[in-house]
Amino acid sequence: MSRVDDAFRELKGRGMKALIPYVTAGDPDLDYTERLVRTLAEAGADLIELGIPFSDPLADGPVIQRASARALANGVRVADILGAARRITERVSVPLLLMTYYNPVYHLGLGTFCGAAAHAGVAGLLVPDLPLEECEPLRIQCERHGLDLIQFLAPTSTPERIRRILAVSRGFAYCVSVTGVTGAQVCLADQAAALLRKIPPENPVPLALGFGIATAEQAREAARLADAVVVGSALVRRVEEAGAGREGLAAAAALVRELATAVHAS
Amino acid sequence: MNMPDEGGHFGTWGGRFVPETLMHALEELAAAYREVQDDPAFQAELVHYLTQYSGRPTPLYLARRLTRELGGATVYLKREDLNHTGAHKINNTLGQALLTRRLGKKRVIAETGAGQHGVATATAAALFGLECEVYMGEEDMRRQALNVFRMRLLGAKVTEVASGSRTLKDAINEALRDWVTNVETTHYIIGSVVGPHPYPGIVRDFQSVIGQETREQLLAQEGRLPDLLLACVGGGSNAMGMFYPFREDQAVRLVGVEAAGEGIETGRHGASLAAGSPGVLHGSLSFVLQDEDGQITPAHSISAGLDYPGVGPEHAWFKETGRASYLAVTDREALEGFQLLARTEGILPALESAHALAVLPRLAREVGPQGIIVVCLSGRGDKDVETVAAALGEGAR
Repeated sequence: MSRVDDAFRELKGRGMKALIPYVTAGDPDLDYTERLVRTLAEAGADLIELGIPFSDPLADGPVIQRASARALANGVRVADILGAARRITERVSVPLLLMTYYNPVYHLGLGTFCGAAAHAGVAGLLVPDLPLEECEPLRIQCERHGLDLIQFLAPTSTPERIRRILAVSRGFAYCVSVTGVTGAQVCLADQAAALLRKIPPENPVPLALGFGIATAEQAREAARLADAVVVGSALVRRVEEAGAGREGLAAAAALVRELATAVHAS
Repeated sequence: MNMPDEGGHFGTWGGRFVPETLMHALEELAAAYREVQDDPAFQAELVHYLTQYSGRPTPLYLARRLTRELGGATVYLKREDLNHTGAHKINNTLGQALLTRRLGKKRVIAETGAGQHGVATATAAALFGLECEVYMGEEDMRRQALNVFRMRLLGAKVTEVASGSRTLKDAINEALRDWVTNVETTHYIIGSVVGPHPYPGIVRDFQSVIGQETREQLLAQEGRLPDLLLACVGGGSNAMGMFYPFREDQAVRLVGVEAAGEGIETGRHGASLAAGSPGVLHGSLSFVLQDEDGQITPAHSISAGLDYPGVGPEHAWFKETGRASYLAVTDREALEGFQLLARTEGILPALESAHALAVLPRLAREVGPQGIIVVCLSGRGDKDVETVAAALGEGAR
């Protein structure tokens, strides 16, 4: 049983759905990221996704592209992010997941990266540009180090692919709610609902919906459809607009409280 | 052994490193491509457009004055610059536009660096009545303003990319984002032997017409195969198109030339094979330019078409197995190659092709007077005249 499994089991026992906020590490610096993640946990996040910024974030829309560019411009390093993750997990009990494109992991070495992530207390990895066909080497290293490698499902996934992806899924499966990039306009009743209808009824893997979910109303709707709701761009934009200081933390806390209320009540 | 394998691997290189959203489209594309490979009607239609529309076969031209000046091997130029739109890129865009029709899609997107692939895509889109949008880095739009105008005249929408290094790499990111969003209605015409499977193999096959013709033409003219094939390498499509039909002729040396920009030691270059390391960029595993954290570092070259921090995975395979070797020449040396051809043969080469020409004096001596070298003259240099004039400064007057 992984920490992600425990979190979902515990929520399920209370009849609740999970809220998973995302922030980019090092935006604008890692001290701020540590404070921000603690704030998210206190405001009601059930799991937290911490993004390692990448130079070429091809699955991301403008908001997370800007956050990644700010973090990299300020010189954030992967080793420092893992250090910050360790300090976070020593103080925050909700499971911390690392979201990263594949190249930083590949470049450091799959085993080295997974070892360092596990040492930092990270519970799992999300790698959006690593589909089923290429993920086996990383899956093996994740298992060796007790990490859940979260798999993705998309509106374009065929039922046959969905079955094969769910069969190797650990922790939860991330259902992309729209054909698009993060922060896209989304109508959940449309592509997301159609994707979830393709999931076999006997599937035991918790399902999270993400991409383009921005408001409490959308979060409530998503929580009715799935077991968890991921909110990234809307949160990053809120902090960007408020400014990365006390105001940003307050704005993030307010948004996450609002989203958590909506998700937990669904 | 046929490469790539079913998952798109050339040895350990290549593959498909893209969001799940694109996987179905890649499988659909691979299936459609398998179908047309054995479809005589498709192949006949492609040949029709390559000959009647683009003007193929392109000449294999014996460069007598250049040969005499260099005093070594006999030099032939494969004149891809004489294609419609002025470069080899049209070989691929005509093929992929026909594939788009097979897929039942009405819209194509493309990335472009120098603008040659953008123009070739806009041209094929106009020819087949497809809606077309081309992504181009802000920096490249400035450098290649004429090609931007050409694309617009051809009815394409040219979208400026202001993220990252504002060049080809970022244009590919933006094209991939468009494709993720519009995958059900849109085909992405990638312009080089890069990207996720099946693209590297598809683009290679459509460009292989270069090497196939070269082979037949040289056999007809000289009665034998060349000793050495020479081509520039950015993503590597003209080089792979030239090399691939000769891959099993071990006596034929294959030499690719990358952009060393201001010099490899300055870090401002585009030589992924010569100075990069293994990494994943734009959907495949190959050699890339990156820092200690695996962040992709910007490339630099005087030629927009070689200004790319990655390279096609099959070139990585050729490098690893030693089937091809790769050199790099600086901006300055490329300018010398440009002037050499202009002066001796009355041909202005594209700055990309000028990189291959820059190593010709050395290789012509090395191969010797009994030998034959074929250079792939991938494109014409009209688009680069302003850049060359600026770079040569006083010398241009």
